[in-house]
Order: sequence, then structure tokens, then C-alpha cells
Amino acid sequence: MTTFTRGFRGRRRGEDDRLPPGQYLTEDFPVLSAGPTPHVPLDRWEFTIDTEAGQTHRWTWPELTALPYEEPAVDIHCVTSWSKLGTTWRGVSLDVLFEDVESTADYALVHSYGGYTTNLPLDDLLDGKAWIAYRYEGEDLTPSHGGPARLLVPHLYFWKSAKWVRGIRLLTEDWPGFWETAGYHNYGDPWREQRYADD
Amino acid sequence: MQADHLDGNALAGPLAEIFAADVSVAVSRCAACGLTGPVASLHVYDRAPGLVARCPGCEEVVLRLVRSPDAAWLDLRGAVTLRIPLGGAGPGAVASAGGEPGADR
Amino acid sequence: MTRWHVARLVKVRDENATARTLVFDVPGWPGHLAGQHVDVKLTAGDGYSARRSYSLAGPEGVELTVQRVPDGEVSPYLTLDMEPGDELELRGPVGGWFVWRPDGPAPVLLVAGGAGIVPLMAMIRARRAAGADTPFRLVYAVRSPERLCYADELLRPDPGVSVTLAYTRRVPEGHPRPPGRLTAADLGPYGEADCYVCGPTGFVEASAALLVGLGHDPARIRTERFGPTGD
Repeated sequence: MTTFTRGFRGRRRGEDDRLPPGQYLTEDFPVLSAGPTPHVPLDRWEFTIDTEAGQTHRWTWPELTALPYEEPAVDIHCVTSWSKLGTTWRGVSLDVLFEDVESTADYALVHSYGGYTTNLPLDDLLDGKAWIAYRYEGEDLTPSHGGPARLLVPHLYFWKSAKWVRGIRLLTEDWPGFWETAGYHNYGDPWREQRYADD
Repeated sequence: MQADHLDGNALAGPLAEIFAADVSVAVSRCAACGLTGPVASLHVYDRAPGLVARCPGCEEVVLRLVRSPDAAWLDLRGAVTLRIPLGGAGPGAVASAGGEPGADR
Repeated sequence: MTRWHVARLVKVRDENATARTLVFDVPGWPGHLAGQHVDVKLTAGDGYSARRSYSLAGPEGVELTVQRVPDGEVSPYLTLDMEPGDELELRGPVGGWFVWRPDGPAPVLLVAGGAGIVPLMAMIRARRAAGADTPFRLVYAVRSPERLCYADELLRPDPGVSVTLAYTRRVPEGHPRPPGRLTAADLGPYGEADCYVCGPTGFVEASAALLVGLGHDPARIRTERFGPTGD
């Protein structure tokens, strides 16, 4: 039996049909973190895509930021129940990075500086659905929000948008990541409210 | 170095939901570096989808706890062992004279 | 094994302009040790709920002191809106590590930063309630005189308890110590002691480092950090 606390509303704002079920609007941008914030010097930063055949594609910071970029404006949904609408980013579409990657793999395991991992089907990274983002609201992405660069895959819960992204490993079999092995849903679609493994 | 964590004390409530003994006073040994110390001194990151406790020596993950509406998911892979003091005063009981002294002494 | 209890607010007491003590009636409360905390859960009418942890402020009963965080989610409700008769859910007591027991023989050094005073005040009160003669020393760092909690009680003589106030931004007239961060001089000289440090994360890191620098054994320094923003 739940006890309601009279007069308590919490910080969330009103309703909006852009809100997935069980989500609340937030105006600020909460910082979530499962560990110490890595600080990666740009001259040592790199991003890699490793294929199932053992090929590695590699980009340095100047190489990444010289690629054509997009400026998506997207709604983001954190599994801890906050959503933030109309966030604007600058980043390189994964379609650009995958242009020369030969692969028949179905699965991607994203890994980060600091050791974080998250998994998703490769299809969810392609066709304009995901970016390696390095600017947020017109500013360089700060380390607390995943800078220098993070994955941005806004159609899934935000834990899939790995901060401090370092690379993507392509796999023929699915390999659950950090939260996916600890009770969270393997796919994480906010519109189907796929929060926990049993949902 | 960002100071954005809590102490292992913060695990006491969530773990009390699962265990009869107070695991926050248990002594754990880190599987990565071997550092041994009370769970209460781990570094706990709680602004996350779950609780992540890391070794204060090497920052490797010692324990993860996720609470869904109908289950608790506990991952202890980073702890070789937990030494859980038993007997004497339990959590919440006021120690009587001669009650168990602090676990670290 | 610990379940949620329904806690009914019975009394409030303002400690200063931004901190308030709330006294709850919790049927079946099992008692607790000084330094333990509770988890509270507040549920809005539409099912939205928020959880926070607060230290128990006294040796008996469920008494919490909450510092209001501007733009916080829970603390403004607890410090401004909640009225006697209102209810929340509460779980505890929890945490058997950051505790002081009245039979502890070693001298005690308490180091508080801001609202970190709360569990340390519980220890001072538990000492007094038990009639213990363990030597206590409290070093309490606080921004300005307006931010002091338990001012009257701390300034009243309590044999065996010495209190040092370290204002970090602004001092009251006639205060001997100039405003500024806590230093080794505030915490020293070294004397063998069990140390308890509670406050915001940065404060705890800095104070624990000062204590180690003075010669305290790290194994005898117990810490309790608040989150980065509290609220």
C-alpha cells in the first residue's frame, strides 16, 4: 500500500504528448554517472570501429571533427524517469563512420573511456538514428555530459547513449553491456517502457 | 579528479532490503587489486540507473545493485569475499553494555 | 529485511532560516545508534515518488534535520510545506558503520561541514544521554552564523565536549578566527581519536586528507559524504 505525501509534487512539470509512458519532464540536464569522470586529452583521443572480421577503423579527434556533421534536435529519455525535450547537438552520423566498414554483424557493443559498455542492434545505429556527438546546445560537450564525445541514440533510453565513447565492436552474437547485465532491458525502447529485463 | 561519489554507507538502506545482516559493515576484498576494507568505505555512485560501488584503491566495480519494481539485481563480481560480522547487536538495535565493538577495531 | 514504515510528522522546529528539524511518529520504531540514517520516500498524488537519505539527529525517536537546497526537489517540501499530520514513508535505521556507541572508550573527533553536523550532533546527544565521559571534540565548519544549526545547544557548556566553530565566509563580530576554509590548525594538534567526518563530498575529501596529514590512522577516520547537489 502506497502512502501518499500530501502536498508533495516533485520537480517534474506537466504533461506533454512527446513524453513516453512513465516519464517526467525536466528542464535541467541531470548528470548521471556510474564512475569517476574520465578526462581524455584530445591529442590522445581516438574512436574505433572493430569488425567481426578483425578489421579496425580508427579516427583521431581532428579526423572526426573534420567529417561532415549534423545538428540534430532531439528528445532524450532517461530510464530514471526524466525526459528532456528539444536538445540540440552537433555530431557525426554513424552512417558517415560506417560508410567504408564491411560487416554482416547484427550486434554492436559500444565501449567507453572509463570502462562502460552498452549493447544494441547495429540497425539502431544506422539510417540517421545515431551520432557521435561532440557539441551540446552550441558548446563543446563537457566531460560531465560525456565529452569530448558521446554516442547519441535518442530513440532508446539514454543509458544507450554512452558517454566518453571510445569505440564500437561489431559482433555476430549479442553481448549485454554494463546495465544490460544488471537488470536493465536489453533493448530499452522508452515508448514501450522497456526499463527492466522483465518488462 | 571528480569528487562525485558517496560512501558505502549509502548502500546500507538498499542492502537492508535484501539481507538480514548489515552488509555495509562487512569487510570486502577487491577482486581487482586485493584491497580489503569495509563496504562502508567503498565509493558509491548513486546518480545512475542503479547503485555502483567501486574500490577506493583502484576504482574497479565491486558491487552493483539495481532495484526494479519487483526484483533486486545484485552483482558482487568485484568482491572476492565479504566478511559479515554476525552476532551481537544487529543494525538498528541499540548496543547494550558489552555489545559488539566497532567492526574495525 | 527492512520494510517501509509510515511516518507521521508530529512537530517541526526551525534551526535557522534554511534548516528545519522534523519529528516523526513511527509506530514500532526499533531504536537506533547515533550516526545512523533513514531513507525516506515521498509519493505524489499521481504516483511519482522520490527517495532521499537523511541522518537521524538525536539518540531517540525519529528526528531529522533537513537543510533546504534552493531548487531542490524534496528539501523545499520538507522544510517549507510539510505540516504536522502529513505522512511519508521511511525505512531504517540503516548504516552500522558511521556510528558511535556510548561504550566506545576512545576519544572522539567530530568534523562537520554544513548540514554534516546532523549525525555528529546525534553522537553528542547520545553521549550526553548515556552520561558517558568519553572526550569529544567537534570542529564545525559553516558558511556564516546564519547557517549554524543547534546554535544554543552547542554554545551551552557540556563537560567533556569542546566545540570549535570555523566560519568559512563570514564570522560574527568578535569571533577570533578569520573566515576561511578548514585548515590543519583547526583540526590539530594531533591526539589519538576516532574521527567522524560528515559533509559535502569536497569537504569530506579535504578534511580526511588534513586528518591523515596530522597523523591520524586512515582506518580510524569514518566518513559520510552528501551527494554532489544534495536537495
